[in-house]
Amino acid sequence: MALGSLLAWLRVLEEVFKSEMIDEVKTPNLFKWALRFCSDDAVKDVMPRHDRLLEFVVNLIGAWPSPFVNRVRLALKLKSIDYVFLQENFVVKSELLLKSNPIHKKIPVLIHHDKPICESLIIVQYIDEVWSNNGPTLLPSDPYDRAIACFWAAYIDDKLVKAIDVAVKSPDAKKKKAAMEEISPMLAVLEEAFVKCSKGKAFFGGDIIGYVDIAMGPLWGWLKVIESINKLTVLDEATIPNLLKWGERFYNDATVKDVIPQHEKLLDVIIKVFPPMLLHIPSN
Amino acid sequence: MATSVVKLLGAQSSPYVNRVQIALNLKSIDYEFINENLAAKSDLLLKSNPIYKKVPVLIHADKPICESLFIVEYIDEVWTNSPSILPSDPYDRATARFWAAYIDIKWFPLFGELRQVKGEEAKAAVVEKIVEGLVLLEEAFVKCSKGEVYFGGESIGYVDIILGSYLGWVKAGEIMASVKLLDETKTPGLVGWAERVLLNDAAKDVVPEPQVLIEVLNKFMMASAKASSN
Repeated sequence: MALGSLLAWLRVLEEVFKSEMIDEVKTPNLFKWALRFCSDDAVKDVMPRHDRLLEFVVNLIGAWPSPFVNRVRLALKLKSIDYVFLQENFVVKSELLLKSNPIHKKIPVLIHHDKPICESLIIVQYIDEVWSNNGPTLLPSDPYDRAIACFWAAYIDDKLVKAIDVAVKSPDAKKKKAAMEEISPMLAVLEEAFVKCSKGKAFFGGDIIGYVDIAMGPLWGWLKVIESINKLTVLDEATIPNLLKWGERFYNDATVKDVIPQHEKLLDVIIKVFPPMLLHIPSN
Repeated sequence: MATSVVKLLGAQSSPYVNRVQIALNLKSIDYEFINENLAAKSDLLLKSNPIYKKVPVLIHADKPICESLFIVEYIDEVWTNSPSILPSDPYDRATARFWAAYIDIKWFPLFGELRQVKGEEAKAAVVEKIVEGLVLLEEAFVKCSKGEVYFGGESIGYVDIILGSYLGWVKAGEIMASVKLLDETKTPGLVGWAERVLLNDAAKDVVPEPQVLIEVLNKFMMASAKASSN
């Protein structure tokens, strides 16, 4: 009974990791026992079918440097949800990704109950709604505060992310410099937003990490990366003192530390995998 | 149930404002519509939406809420009387939000491209992209509606409101570019849906007629041309 009750989950592991554990050749007697056990009348109606259990396995298709993927990883961590991380190759997209997100073909994609959910902020909201009884709530419960949180997360995506993207990826030195110059005023806006939303507490979400922290936090390392690549400062204590403290606090938080990569690792990826992004800005 | 005054800062020609009007109507909420002159924005608008300085802004109990998608969700959460605008199931909600984002970020901006593009070949290429998007939305309609008449099922929901609010501009685009975008052969479900959705009580008389929108656009283009030549 002790071993038999685990059989369905062993089948799930075999399926997820594509390897046989109870193998007909290597463990013939155990294999025959397993078949006998599962067919026994007393067991048949009690044991769940492994394919039903597979539905409960949460899969996340992603790549560890992606700040969008890391938003989702952070949300899953905060909610204490176990999941299988399916690391994408940086250059060639997998069949599973193309099938799960045919419209945008982008990571992250969360697969839950065999159904794909796309777009990082939509996934974070989904996680908050499905696992509403696990751990902290990620979005504020008050509708007005929730609208404000969604507003700032959208501002971060519409403005800040786009500028960081150019500052990292553009092969054009002028465009990179222009993007850097756009980022400083955006961070000043977010400094004000932080002061208002946090109301003197540690995070945008208050005492604990919330939706806007999750939206913004994984970008902190990338802000340090663009400072390195472009040899320009955006994380300036004079203009964004509170945001700077929030950033360091977030980056060093115990929950965050093993989810969000340090900026040195991100820069390493750029150097090794995407060297054309390392454009030296000509000095004027 | 909220008894405070609800105000909507807007302009009737804006599809983003229209979607908030439809949501307010759906929930039978009384509100004051404050018409904004977008060429000379009011102090109230600039104070209520300092970041984007755009309409719509919903002001509820003196607190401003900006960005049409979030305003619609806010309305659904505060006024819990039926009908619900977003689905109750988390996966269906994620799907509705996905399509709203696709429509706003990927699909509708193609109309701006259509207006600006030069030459027949380039125009045909943009038209093709718009129609491809509509084919995707047709598939989404079939899946989301589950055999009913709206994306939201029996009653209009989030995606109906988001996509429906653009229908005036879609028709205006068809007239200005002399092209058919909503085509019965490619997107029969959406053609039927488009006729139905704007006849719904909540949406009736909200989305302006295409000729009105074309006039608004022409006035705006003339004003811009004048401003840039001065």
